[in-house]
Amino acid sequence: MSAPVLDVRSIEKRFGGVHAVADVSFSVAAGEMLALIGPNGAGKSTCFNLVNGQLRADGGEVRLAGRSLAGIAPRAIWRLGVGRTFQITATFASMTVRENVQMALISHHRTLWSFLSRAADKFRAEADALLAQVGMAEQAERPCGVLAYGDLKRLELAVALANDPKLLLMDEPTAGMAPKERTALMELTRGIVRARGLACLFTEHDMDVVFGQADRILVMNRGRLIAEGTAETVRNDPAVREVYLGAGTTSGGH
Amino acid sequence: MDFVLIQFLTGLSSASALFLIASGLTVIFGVTRIVNFAHGSFYMLGAYLAWTIVRAFWDWGGREPYLFVAGVIVAAIVVSLIGVAMEMTLLRRIYRAPELFQLLATFGVVLIIQDATLAIWGPEDLPLPRPPWLRGFIEIAGSRFPRYDLILAVIGPVVLGLLWLLFHRTRFGVLVRAATQDREMVAALGVDQRKLFSGVFFLGSALAGLGGALVLPSQSANLQMDLSIIAEAFVVVVVGGMGSVPGAFLASLLIAEVQAFGIVLLPKITLVLVFLVMAAVLMVRPYGLLGKPQAHARAQSGMVEPVLRPAPPILAWAGIAALALAASTPFWAGAYALTVLVELAVFVLFAASLHLMMGPGGVVSFGHAAYFGLGAYGAALGLRYLALPMEAGLVMAPLFAGLFGVVFGVFVVRLSGVYLAMLTLAFAQIVWAAAFQWVDITGGDNGILGVWPSAWATNKSVYLWLSLALCIGATMLLRRFVFSPFGYGLRAARDSELRAEAIGLDTARLRLVAFTIAAAAAGLAGGVYAYAKGSVFPTYISIPKSVDALLMVLLGGVQTVTGPIVGAIAYHGLFVGILQTTQYWRAALGLSIVLLVLAFPLGIAGFARARWERAKGLEAA
Repeated sequence: MSAPVLDVRSIEKRFGGVHAVADVSFSVAAGEMLALIGPNGAGKSTCFNLVNGQLRADGGEVRLAGRSLAGIAPRAIWRLGVGRTFQITATFASMTVRENVQMALISHHRTLWSFLSRAADKFRAEADALLAQVGMAEQAERPCGVLAYGDLKRLELAVALANDPKLLLMDEPTAGMAPKERTALMELTRGIVRARGLACLFTEHDMDVVFGQADRILVMNRGRLIAEGTAETVRNDPAVREVYLGAGTTSGGH
Repeated sequence: MDFVLIQFLTGLSSASALFLIASGLTVIFGVTRIVNFAHGSFYMLGAYLAWTIVRAFWDWGGREPYLFVAGVIVAAIVVSLIGVAMEMTLLRRIYRAPELFQLLATFGVVLIIQDATLAIWGPEDLPLPRPPWLRGFIEIAGSRFPRYDLILAVIGPVVLGLLWLLFHRTRFGVLVRAATQDREMVAALGVDQRKLFSGVFFLGSALAGLGGALVLPSQSANLQMDLSIIAEAFVVVVVGGMGSVPGAFLASLLIAEVQAFGIVLLPKITLVLVFLVMAAVLMVRPYGLLGKPQAHARAQSGMVEPVLRPAPPILAWAGIAALALAASTPFWAGAYALTVLVELAVFVLFAASLHLMMGPGGVVSFGHAAYFGLGAYGAALGLRYLALPMEAGLVMAPLFAGLFGVVFGVFVVRLSGVYLAMLTLAFAQIVWAAAFQWVDITGGDNGILGVWPSAWATNKSVYLWLSLALCIGATMLLRRFVFSPFGYGLRAARDSELRAEAIGLDTARLRLVAFTIAAAAAGLAGGVYAYAKGSVFPTYISIPKSVDALLMVLLGGVQTVTGPIVGAIAYHGLFVGILQTTQYWRAALGLSIVLLVLAFPLGIAGFARARWERAKGLEAA
């Protein structure tokens, strides 16, 4: 296997007395879908925010294609080739669907500080191509504020792809969606990840999505990694079963 | 040391009055999130009502102290009923509107109350006749100190104590504190918001009325009380932390003592001093001394910014026709029309420059007149000290204003919401005070005269054409910016800061550049205005001038690019129209503002666009 796109080595994060992330290491390869799961409070989000630069690690190292991300702001991390989607969609409501993607392309091509040209004419074809990839081409002219939630998610994906990223970070990509839409979105994502050779790290609560779409799964509990491997390995791991199923009184992914 | 003690006591007594006003304002803001401009008017009404009521009581029962107390209390209660009436008839209808609209509505009330007061009590200052017990002095450290001021100094802490009891020992108080922290949660728990809001207005207005009534013996009731106190009360509330009563107490002590000592130690900069303190506090503590970051309202009043579309061709043609008509006026209209048109061109640019920040930038400036004035003064000072001709002066104007825009903007863009608005107000007041008090340089209240155009442009027609070319040209340029990548980036930063940063946009830098451009454009408007009038005055920078700009933008509609242009024309038309026809133009203007806020919450252009989009079957966001 070639060198991993994302390489996380022994990262640590403490909030006061809480050891939110303790000695966590993993890597994501090009073309791979890696799911990060765990019960509430396991440290998934913290782990995620350490990777995307929102939080600063107390120890350890995060490398993107061999380059350390320590102390780099989210804005700069994006420039290095990291696309993100958020748990609660964040888009520009006062723009059309196409304009949302154009905005990301304008930033990517560093033409933001232009005052006289018309933004709506910039990178139109490129934006439409991205929208076509996520199946949003026919909605390009619609105001983003009126989209259905599933469509907003797909738009976010197109925006995340606009800087031609090496790594895609998706925080709870299917939260708030209907079960059918969830699988559809993640199948779409998987196709794009494979085709473009991206590395994709996502957190997720829906176990159908996780076991159906991830190539590999990381399981966290109380700040530590307790299991790692394919769906089959993780499913049969006793530690995972204990965390999720406990004494057998509860079940499911929540 | 005696001097220190006396000044300290003087500070304490004015701190008390300030605290009464500010605590009411902060309680109202904390619960309802309304920045109540009319609070100063309630203070003024308190003074006028006390003047009438106390004198009536004295006529009836002799000039006894207890009758004074009774009169003050009755005055405060009458004021609180007026406050509740405003809440129930006006504000209740617009709680869901954007914050600015509520502010605008309360400013309309300010104007109405001003004229009502004028009509009822007349233009003279009204001092309360002072019986001996009100005139007495006490010997302190060898100097005579007014006894009443000492009583005032005690009243502040007493009211703080009573408010503490109210907020910690009564159900109403607990609800007020809860709503200040999280209004939606309190509503979700089944508390009747309407009663709570009315109750808060009752309390807040009573405090304002009480403050006004209590300062009556040491000042006198006059028509300037409202706006002079509201600026200070805003400062106190912001410095203390919005919604925090103890914060308001600390801040009023701080501000009043700074004033008391400043007037002796630094008499030249007394007016600036207060706002310098505020600016300093906000730079160190962006939420005031005891304030907390405002909880992000879950329901952001349900307003989503609509998609900006380029104007339909018919609008462009209408614009060209209007411009052609304006340019042809010298051939068919009199000199007065030319003067009005120059002003109109100036105000269109002034409003458009504010709109760049308010609309696409999402940054509401309360002190935009600062940059208008800086432009005017830039040109005038250039003439006075460098003998710059008009051509150079008109270059100097935007440069001067833009320079200050960068410096102030660095601090402003770090804040958000009401705190940001208040910091812009503070900067504007600093600029105003400099123009007003720095007499050697700026000529103070007398302004700078003789700022006339160059010989080729002294002809009124030529100057009109020059104004149209500069102001309308700059306005078109600003429009162009809105649709450029920069303008889109600005809107992106407003729509979702999280997403904007996640796609590599430097949102603070975008806002700073917008702030600077807006300042420079306002400066150009100020420069053109200065040469049209031949003089510059501190009033160019005053609060009402900043409010003018806000009104023009909101009247036209903040969500459209054409809005500020339409707004400037409508506002100026309204102004010129009303000014010429009625003695009570303030009340008429105030009433128009209130009606417009109620009838056209989207502004004129916003209303028109909504109709147009519906007719065309376009999807609105």
